[in-house]
Amino acid sequence: MAIKSRPVYAGFNVDITAQQHVLALEGQGADALLEKLAGGHPMLERAEILYVATGSDHDAALRALGAANYWLAPTAEALRDRLSEILAHATMCTRLYVAGTEGFIGSIVQLAADFGIANASIIKEFRGSQQRRVQCVHCKGFNDNVTISPFQCVHCDLHLFVRDHFSVRLNAFQGVCINAETPDIIPPSVEMYR
Amino acid sequence: MAMIFHDETYRDDFSFHNSPESIRRYPFPFHEDSYMYAINMENHLPGKPGSSYEHPIDVDEHYVSEMRDRAIVLNEDPKRCQALPHMMAAQWDTLELLMTNKARSYPDLFTLERNGDLWHWINQPLGIDDTFVFGDQSTLPYEPMEYITRQAQGDFCIVDQRNDTLWMDAGMVTCQADWSLDFDIGMNFMEWHAPVPMAHELGIFDRALKFLMNVQQGRPVRRLNWTMTVNPRLDTSPENYHKWGPDKTTVTAQNIGSKLHLRCELQSFWRLPRSNALLFPIRQYLISLNDIATIPKWACRMHRVLTTIPDSIAEYKGFSRNRQLALDFLAPFDDGRELTLGGEPE
Repeated sequence: MAIKSRPVYAGFNVDITAQQHVLALEGQGADALLEKLAGGHPMLERAEILYVATGSDHDAALRALGAANYWLAPTAEALRDRLSEILAHATMCTRLYVAGTEGFIGSIVQLAADFGIANASIIKEFRGSQQRRVQCVHCKGFNDNVTISPFQCVHCDLHLFVRDHFSVRLNAFQGVCINAETPDIIPPSVEMYR
Repeated sequence: MAMIFHDETYRDDFSFHNSPESIRRYPFPFHEDSYMYAINMENHLPGKPGSSYEHPIDVDEHYVSEMRDRAIVLNEDPKRCQALPHMMAAQWDTLELLMTNKARSYPDLFTLERNGDLWHWINQPLGIDDTFVFGDQSTLPYEPMEYITRQAQGDFCIVDQRNDTLWMDAGMVTCQADWSLDFDIGMNFMEWHAPVPMAHELGIFDRALKFLMNVQQGRPVRRLNWTMTVNPRLDTSPENYHKWGPDKTTVTAQNIGSKLHLRCELQSFWRLPRSNALLFPIRQYLISLNDIATIPKWACRMHRVLTTIPDSIAEYKGFSRNRQLALDFLAPFDDGRELTLGGEPE
């Protein structure tokens, strides 16, 4: 059943009215663009593509698209720095696209908000791992790339299960202590979000 | 009769207690012998003298101690009180609504003198005497919502209305039933209710949202909600769940009467004049099973309700672990007789 607080990612569709296209792609998120533009597309003349591989290998394919600008970022953090620079100088009629894991998408949504770009105006596609970014509700620390439940908070060491509740503002699911009522019993961890 | 405020605690030694008068005015939430989610809204009209509904904003014998507990929570975790920047007009609306209602209902406890924008507020039980300029937050020691809700029992949410839905954009939340303002702030109505089982599928939230978006100024509405809490603890937040969760394992057949509390929420909804936001006070009332047992109708009814409640709701409300013990405690009060409808004591 769908989680009501979790965003719905509608998938890539080229906004032909945009004057400028800025694309942030992470890992398998690159496929969202490559599959859409298999036969080339006029938008590429006005497109700036930022890509971080995180274990995937789309560098050559993306480069071959021949976009107006293309940059292979070494890390997601470096990608966000470059994106900030681009958005700081972006003009009206710029369209932002993001594809990749949920945590990556959310981080771009947060970043874009600082530049006055509404969440609803960003074109998004969810690709890659189901791993979750989880905030510990107790210590408020964030745990990235969570694949198992329960897991131990890297900040406060509590054993947390992942509640099916997502905050766009925090870009995280909610992690809640699993053994508060049974301090001596910690259920075995199970891979939940591959 | 002058109100006598208890000096009591909601943590550590849990010295909270209800007087016999306080028991009889308890807003008992079970109107019939079974319970299912319902919107159950009614106009927030004045009730019988002495009841929890007599005044629009109820002040009772626990006021001073509840405000002391709130201050402790805020000291430990300031994020329990937050407001997004666009909510400042709604904050002033909230301050006005609470001050004017309290001063009108309890003139011996609260005084508000207004001379244009220069306001003079006296809160006698808490020993506060402040003069400030309405609309100028620099003249108050806190932002307006925090200032006045440090002086008002219950949690408060201010929800903004736009794009055909409601948004949880401000709140003072220190005595909540296991939800986090810090996590939910900025969410819309469907998003912040995401973890509630069954009610989405029943269409409850669709109907409740439609109803709430049409609440009119000057015509507040109310409903009751409830849960169960072990020990009279106000701060049953998810933030501190690892601290209060273990309490649930301490209930026995011997101590359940004093340990297990019914926690009723009197929720009211007020359209605010400047901001068009809704103020949503969530006023909680605690009562032990022992105290419930002093009202035969309530003990009998509660036995029937807890017998028939679906497992998923018992789980969500967090008392499935102690449900059987509660049933065993209440069973002797259920003699099979027919009970009158409504939550009145008799």
